[in-house]
Amino acid sequence: MKYIDEFQDPALARRLLDEIHATVTRPWALMEVCGGQTHTIIRHGIDQLLPDQVELIHGPGCPVCVTPLEVIDKALEIASRPGVIFCSFGDMLRVPGTGRDLFRVRSEGGDVRVVYSPLDALTIARQNPDREVVFFGIGFETTAPPNAMTVHQAKKLGIRNFSLLVSHVRVPPAIEAIMLSPSCRVQGFLAAGHVCSVMGVAEYPELAARHRVPIVVTGFEPLDILEGVRRTVRQLERGEHTVENAYARAVRPEGNPAALAMLADVFEVTDRAWRGIGVIPGSGWRLADRYREFDAEHRFQVTGITTQEPAECRSGEVLQGLLKPNECAAFGTVCTPRTPLGATMVSSEGACAAYYLYRRLDLQAAPAAPTTPLEASPVG
Amino acid sequence: MCLAVPGRVLDIAERDGTRMATVDFGGVQKEVCLEYLPDLRVGEYAIVHVGFALQRLDEESAKQTLELFAELGMLQEEFGDPWELAAGPDEGAGE
Repeated sequence: MKYIDEFQDPALARRLLDEIHATVTRPWALMEVCGGQTHTIIRHGIDQLLPDQVELIHGPGCPVCVTPLEVIDKALEIASRPGVIFCSFGDMLRVPGTGRDLFRVRSEGGDVRVVYSPLDALTIARQNPDREVVFFGIGFETTAPPNAMTVHQAKKLGIRNFSLLVSHVRVPPAIEAIMLSPSCRVQGFLAAGHVCSVMGVAEYPELAARHRVPIVVTGFEPLDILEGVRRTVRQLERGEHTVENAYARAVRPEGNPAALAMLADVFEVTDRAWRGIGVIPGSGWRLADRYREFDAEHRFQVTGITTQEPAECRSGEVLQGLLKPNECAAFGTVCTPRTPLGATMVSSEGACAAYYLYRRLDLQAAPAAPTTPLEASPVG
Repeated sequence: MCLAVPGRVLDIAERDGTRMATVDFGGVQKEVCLEYLPDLRVGEYAIVHVGFALQRLDEESAKQTLELFAELGMLQEEFGDPWELAAGPDEGAGE
């Protein structure tokens, strides 16, 4: 068992597809929450193999894409300062801020470094005691525990030249916001499997019951996606709306207790702005007061930032599932992975990047119907 | 960035008071922190994300899932299409 090839088997995929085709009697719209799932779906053409009645709407689960412009601009400002070593995961470097990105800061002399793990940034801090080392702490519930552990270690080891620029986001409040949107068409969710590997499934039954929507915890290989779709469609056809775990090999109902304890120690829940969407109440984490000295925003006092999104970028509608990437007039023309207008074209999990990588030769830009964006709360 | 992938533990050691492992991802090896899965053992697989093992992969439930997929549609294959059977017991025989 290697846990990858086995879950890509074409013969088993055929069985799952036959079962889905035999089950569907009516049109259904499902949302896959995670950008990693979007990539599997587009790469393997799963959306084209499903019955015409089953539509997959791509969700906002790409952390690079939803990191707000204001935070990107703060990162650019901090990374430009002398004496700072700014560490980040690679796919944040090309995300456009207002007028520039981290690559530009590096070309202008900023010390911007790509790391594989936040612990690598901590090592850099130990090796450079006379420099300020900042790690760009973005991501969902999957990435938050590694970043929490790194801050915890910094405190334990007394590494004072390390800090975290935090922009963590949480999935359940985003599902809530999507369901409350007036233009919501989603009838069932494929929940993000690795988020649940950490968090377990306790947050979902109440959401499923209140919005009368099936939520099926789903993995990332082609067979996982098909099984998530099969179970969601089966529930919808039966008029059910419960939480199911279709990714049992990696998700225990209780999640990972050690990671949950660390999250509770290091972070506290806060309102968070999502790029292209707006503020979603309770949808983020910030450092708890006892870790405040490790908060880069506090340490560097970055203020006076004015943000400006490019007017032609419609990534907010893509992130809300209101627009398919190829329905945007800029897709593949002015907006490409080399010259991205928005983060959805940059990130390896962005829906626009997935369509560009696997579909652009099959697709022609299609004019989009007008949409009503999600009601965002005012910032503050 | 958020991608997490299965890897197999090759060896485990304490480094600077932290439980670390060398993990193999189909030929590529990385150093991985085991603080969130302290009882993970050599030879086991885990979901690894940005240098941290986040959840053990359970072989038994993986097998059960694959068996379930293999059984989908089996009853129909074994006993044939009920409509065809109803039409006449000899139809479809001799294949």
